[in-house]
Amino acid sequence: MAVLKEEGVDTIFGFPGGVVIDIFDELGRTDIQHVLVRHEQGAAHAADGYARAKGSVGVCLVTTGPGATNTVSGLASAYMDSIPVVVLTGQVPTALIGNDAFQEVDIVGITRPCTKHNYLVKRTDDLARVLKEAFHIARSGRPGPVLVDLPKDVTQGKARYKPLPEPRMPSYNPTYNPNIKQLRRAIDLIKEAERPVVFSGGGVILSEASKELTEFARKLHAPVTASLMGLGSFPGSDPLWLGMPGMHGTYRANMAIGACDLLIGIGVRFDDRVTGTVETFAPNAKIIHIDIDPTSISKNIPVTIPIVGDCKIALKGLNRLLREESVKIDKKSRKLWFDQIEKWKSTQPLRYEQGDVIKPQYVIEKLYELTKGKAIITTEVGQNQMWAAQYYHFDRPNCFITSGGLGCMGFGLPAAIGAQVACPDKLVVDVAGDGSIQMNIQELATAVQYRLPVKVVILNNRYLGMVRQWQELFYEKRYTATDLEQGPDFAKLAEAYGAVGLKATKPQEVVSVLKQGLESPGPAMMDFWVAREECVYPMVPAGASITEMLLA
Amino acid sequence: MQKHTISLLVDNEPGVLSRVVGLFSGRGFNIESLCVAETLDPSVSRITLVTRGDDVIAEQIKKQLNKLINVIKVYDLTGTEYVEREMALIKVQAKADYRAEILRAVDIFRGNVVDVSPTHYTVEVTGTADKLAAILSLLRPMGVKEIARTGAIALGREKK
Ligand SMILES: Cc1ncc(C[n+]2csc(CCOP(=O)(O)OP(=O)(O)O)c2C)c(N)n1
Repeated sequence: MAVLKEEGVDTIFGFPGGVVIDIFDELGRTDIQHVLVRHEQGAAHAADGYARAKGSVGVCLVTTGPGATNTVSGLASAYMDSIPVVVLTGQVPTALIGNDAFQEVDIVGITRPCTKHNYLVKRTDDLARVLKEAFHIARSGRPGPVLVDLPKDVTQGKARYKPLPEPRMPSYNPTYNPNIKQLRRAIDLIKEAERPVVFSGGGVILSEASKELTEFARKLHAPVTASLMGLGSFPGSDPLWLGMPGMHGTYRANMAIGACDLLIGIGVRFDDRVTGTVETFAPNAKIIHIDIDPTSISKNIPVTIPIVGDCKIALKGLNRLLREESVKIDKKSRKLWFDQIEKWKSTQPLRYEQGDVIKPQYVIEKLYELTKGKAIITTEVGQNQMWAAQYYHFDRPNCFITSGGLGCMGFGLPAAIGAQVACPDKLVVDVAGDGSIQMNIQELATAVQYRLPVKVVILNNRYLGMVRQWQELFYEKRYTATDLEQGPDFAKLAEAYGAVGLKATKPQEVVSVLKQGLESPGPAMMDFWVAREECVYPMVPAGASITEMLLA
Repeated sequence: MQKHTISLLVDNEPGVLSRVVGLFSGRGFNIESLCVAETLDPSVSRITLVTRGDDVIAEQIKKQLNKLINVIKVYDLTGTEYVEREMALIKVQAKADYRAEILRAVDIFRGNVVDVSPTHYTVEVTGTADKLAAILSLLRPMGVKEIARTGAIALGREKK
């Protein structure tokens, strides 16, 4: 507990069981807040949401066996999105390990590929050091989840805690400072570029480099796009903003990547949902790639100038060099480039038509207006996630919290709970699909119990919409296993949990339901019956170039 | 698909080997051979592994290995000056009319006969993969019953 306090832990999301009673018992005697979730997957996602909203490590504590296995999806999601989370799992006593004891699982073995690192603590004397290392590894370098498995005898044992210095690990030394020669080479390319595009990702948010990024893009007078994970790293209302690229990116962002002569990727990993076919990705461009993780560089896309280092330090370095060399980009020299982008934007904007039935995009637009863009938005997975990304504009980092890499349905509500705990004064809204929300809907009870006023906006199409969209477009409308006609009455369900439940079936009701829900003091669930067969556009079909979009 | 001999220094702790092997299976890299043992420093082990892949894959493999928390150092020996050795134990049928020939082959390859039974010899040979392949091709026609190989171990050469 002393280590947890020292590491600045103020909240733990957890769920108890026999082998962790001792830890919970001790926890109860500290001032660390414990949030009792209703499912351990919820605890892991809540710790993730907390970490992202707060920019610090989220902590989760669960029991052995099924408690531990229930956190695996949460770990995998945090791993893919590089989120600093420490998961503490109970384990059977060391003497029983390997004996198929009651509720024994090899959770260290199971989670090896979906954690940044993990530990089985075998001696009480090692406990403090391991916990220190776990926090250090989780938050440093490219952040990620760390699991610490705690056998019952280890946590029942007593050890005197002597404050430990920051861990020093010979085999773990992330590179923060970029190579100055590489930065200079990057500047040379930047000076020559006529049609640059800046492509920002989650790494910019994790290294808190939004300010530096914005300065950099303005200095270059270059348009900016950001991956799903990078939304908010650059203001979504800025004139340089292109929107998100990739499978459901904006037309102009994808076309700009197709036509640019220099692509500057910062804290991104060129995921396949962004690149489409890699052979035709940014075919005319030289690529500068800044990332703290060397494995991300030249993994999917060959780059011209690799720069390994912390995004913030690298951007500061680039900004300094631009100043020192008094590189002045004449805005006029970019006129052709911006005219072209404007043309793409005006011919193929994001669009929908609001008719007799509620359009999901309309709900998000109204949500944006009513919250003045100031809410923390979490999402579930599928169409709802893409519409939230497209129609809500994020001006600040740490405000868009989504399971990007794993695409884990059931993420949004527990993540919203975590974010709300981290930011009690902010409005937190989970944009949900009727399918995903049912994967962790039990966490509504957690929100009610802890008076966490999270809001859930369900875009209810009574389908597993994103899969249905693929079936519509690529499987001749054979809607196999995607019809959720028989859903619960979400408004009543919310009330049963003790939350406010609201429902809108007509476009005229959207604004009033949103207002009522957002203004209610406690948790509220708003059920919007939207056009069932609405699709997310643009869409890059699997195996196509990102410039080959289906537009409607 | 070039062969790469990679030498790793890793923390000598339980689970480290499975992290390394899991990385290869999880990411679809292949391992041709793998050999592990403690170094002079008992807290550090050396893993020598042989893999195949083009330059991009080899680069990814090295970076991914480096990223494992328990990996202290990664050396790709391929393309450098290094010595590589592997040992094989070969159990070969020792029919009366072949015995002299077996012993001659063992002699040429500077091996040893380390076990003798009325029907079989067990031969120990050390060398590069090529050398082991050569003696195997000599012995095979006489009837090799079993074979055990260590996989390659390797060290970089010191500058002369
Ligand atoms: C845990 C999990 N299971 C399955 C999927 C595959 N999947 C991706 S999107 C989707 C549909 C989601 O439906 P819904 O939550 O109703 O959202 P919509 O697309 O309709 O907005 C499914 C099943 C997934 N991403 N995660």
